[in-house]
Amino acid sequence: MRTIFDRTPSDDVTGLLPTLDVPVDASDQLGEKIARRRPIRIPSLAEPQVVRHYTALSKCNYGVDDGFYPLGSCTMKHNPKMTEEVARLPGFAGLHPMSDPADAQGSLRVLHHLSELLGRIAGLPAVSLQPAAGAHGELTGLLLFKRYFERRGEAQRTRILLPDSAHGTNPASAALAGFAVTKVASGADGQIDLSTLDAALDDTVAGIMLTVPNTLGIFEERILEITARVHRAGALCYFDGANLNAFLGRARPGDMGADVFHFNLHKTLATPHGGGGPGAGPIAARDILADYLPVPRIVHEGGTFRPDWDAPDSIGSVHPFYGNVGVAIKAYAYLLELGDRGLREVSGAACLNANYLLSRLRGTYPLPYDRLCKHEFVASGRGVGADVTTLDIAKRLIDYGFHPPTVYFPLIVPEALMIEPTETESRETLDRFAEAMIQIAAEAASDDKLLHEAPHRTPVRRLDQTQAARHPVFTYPFAGASPREA
Amino acid sequence: MRYIPHSEDDRRHMLASVGASSIDELFADIPKEVLERFEPMGLPGTSEIDVERVLQEASRENIRPDRVISFQGGGVYDHHVPSVVRHLTSRSELYTAYTPYQPELSQGTLTTMFEFQTMVCELTGMEIANASMYDGASAAAEAILMAERVAGRGRVLVSAALFPHVRRVVDTYCWAAGIELVELPYDDRGRVDRSAISRNVSGLLLQTPNAFGVIEELDGLKASLGDGLLIASCHPLALALLEPPGTFGADIVVAEGQPLGLSPSFGGPLLGLLATRGALLRQMPGRIVSRTVDIEGETGYTMAAQTREQHIRRERATSNICTNSALGALAATIYLASLGEVGLRNLASLNFHKAHYAARAVCRVPGVEPAFAAPFFNEFTVRTTLDPTQIRERLRAQGILVDPPESLAAPAAGGLLRFAVTEKRTQEEIDRLAAALQEVT
Repeated sequence: MRTIFDRTPSDDVTGLLPTLDVPVDASDQLGEKIARRRPIRIPSLAEPQVVRHYTALSKCNYGVDDGFYPLGSCTMKHNPKMTEEVARLPGFAGLHPMSDPADAQGSLRVLHHLSELLGRIAGLPAVSLQPAAGAHGELTGLLLFKRYFERRGEAQRTRILLPDSAHGTNPASAALAGFAVTKVASGADGQIDLSTLDAALDDTVAGIMLTVPNTLGIFEERILEITARVHRAGALCYFDGANLNAFLGRARPGDMGADVFHFNLHKTLATPHGGGGPGAGPIAARDILADYLPVPRIVHEGGTFRPDWDAPDSIGSVHPFYGNVGVAIKAYAYLLELGDRGLREVSGAACLNANYLLSRLRGTYPLPYDRLCKHEFVASGRGVGADVTTLDIAKRLIDYGFHPPTVYFPLIVPEALMIEPTETESRETLDRFAEAMIQIAAEAASDDKLLHEAPHRTPVRRLDQTQAARHPVFTYPFAGASPREA
Repeated sequence: MRYIPHSEDDRRHMLASVGASSIDELFADIPKEVLERFEPMGLPGTSEIDVERVLQEASRENIRPDRVISFQGGGVYDHHVPSVVRHLTSRSELYTAYTPYQPELSQGTLTTMFEFQTMVCELTGMEIANASMYDGASAAAEAILMAERVAGRGRVLVSAALFPHVRRVVDTYCWAAGIELVELPYDDRGRVDRSAISRNVSGLLLQTPNAFGVIEELDGLKASLGDGLLIASCHPLALALLEPPGTFGADIVVAEGQPLGLSPSFGGPLLGLLATRGALLRQMPGRIVSRTVDIEGETGYTMAAQTREQHIRRERATSNICTNSALGALAATIYLASLGEVGLRNLASLNFHKAHYAARAVCRVPGVEPAFAAPFFNEFTVRTTLDPTQIRERLRAQGILVDPPESLAAPAAGGLLRFAVTEKRTQEEIDRLAAALQEVT
């Protein structure tokens, strides 16, 4: 793979920038003490060179527009093209965040309405659009818990309970919010065991973080008992919204006992993931937590919208302005088009696709929790071939033209393959994927070398992770300089 | 619905394979009470044409960017975004990809991240950089947490001349972490008051150019901190003209990357830059990409040092960040590649000279004078005898936009007003600003 630093510079970039049209004063100098002496080793290239370089790189990438992308818990659904267009409208894209509210009524109105809609989807009325990602939403939600207990004089509630199937961001967010983490083991049915929960609950517990359905794709059937017991113990319930696609338009976290819920707009509401971001992680909270929401909040008064800073109990800001507005506009456009009926169809088709794919893999791959799933399910690569791992299966899938599922997560299933097809895949695609999986299982039994060496047809073959760990190179090794190794 | 490619026949066939008689049956595991309590959000759904119409109308309720002259800044600026940036970031192989968990399918994303890390290090003079944070504010906050992990004194100095919107986010993170922030005042030149620096701290966070536009002198600061960490929050384009913080011993450099090819978008998505010394790798938050080889010895790229991250280290991770601002980092990479060193220096120089011309023009208006006699880049602050909020309102009536005075750091005595001038502003527009200012003061 060649980098931009390997290209031959042309040095003449005339045409991109205007010529200086103001007089220069002799005193316009930075002075020796602060003026730059170090070179900036970024080559100056002609536009065709830049275009060819990044176009070539894009061809070494695989997005959901290229094909099936069944990453469990990531909801890699189709990203509607219309939403890209509307978010780019000059009135939206060009708006400065510190504009006078009178100059920003359109954006403020969209954000305000989106907040209302998200509140209704969650069944939790108090919404903040500030969090920039799911994990950021988790942090924000947990800070609401923290402030709530501070104000109630229960600062001794310093623990957060976490099922062992939780996403890694959950414990990391709890730690960042200043809480200690207590792990709660799942029962044999993959769900939270009520007696284990009872044993963990006391007056040092601030709350529990639940993922519904959980990362095995199983809906916690005792969810109402779980949240009732947590509330009875004086603690609060955080719901991770990564798996909202499972019940969108059919059920609401607020009706399950959630106190705070976060959305992943880049999952459930179809905004693109951008190769790792940006996303958006708005939170919706129960009214008892409304006073603690971040500032500014957008209020609607006398026909106009304005940011409101007057919130003495607020946790403060988690974002410099209003959150990832560009992402929010795309999600809003998606909601407007789909409406309630569309949302219901989304979860219906998402669960149908997952259960169908599960039925196609039954008998070929071990299914540790073989039962009705929601929008995703977990299979295992264990025992598919004598000497074959889940990683081999994943890499071999690439040869068949598919992005692999999430692998080795959740941690409670050995050799996990976590598969989330989403609603935007056709039966034909699912059939082709299932056939590839079945074919790979056959290969694993007869020709495991084929799997160990996969993938075979990608721009690079399987990469040496050990070298990347032992002798990492994080920046381009310019000629004449020693590479910056850590 | 157009995003679901199922026919009635598909549904029948699939339900039969599952052993269910209806879609609704697939939700039998949700408690009945929960299903019964459900209420819809109350939207009928509509067509692409209608959605476009609704959002076009909303976008027109905002000010039309082409009908105003913007001198707004404060971290988010009205820079030109070359067409090539938007064009290439619209390649859907890149923007519809997830985090590059499968490197063989993600060499496009990973190679550009490696380029991005290199470019950030070139600008900041640091040894390693991560693949992005949400924004400059959360990057600054996470830098403080990082300093605290290294030094562990429970107390961090923070410049009073930080952008207030950055400070607010820093405050929230530090409250959560139980870190005490001690404010370091600024002197009459608008720079941090070195005499007030105490040693018994985990670090110092300062911003350069700061909220007044004033460029801080970094020389000697690191030594005055003892073994506390020096954290500099920078303007990435200013670094094209300024000796980078790495030269002066900075331990962590953060920046808001919006000026590098991102639209203002009402303040999001933004782009956080975070760079540090190689020795601090294990304490760094966020993703990082390393060069490696494949089984045939070909060069390739992959995520590395992941044992710091939440999906491996869980509650002991250096941060909870997962989704970041990868597409913004891609835009910044293409932006910087389009300019190169030559273009970047020219661009920064245009900003510098236009801002200095503007400062002279504005300060010829009676009752308006420079607030601080210190070097600045593309943003400067003046002191006026009138109420700055009123001036801002009157300028706005003439289609000239400036930041609200409360976006300056802790208002000092007298009215302060800040102006940012990018390469997009022409001499005529700057002259109009000065004339308008004359009229309204």
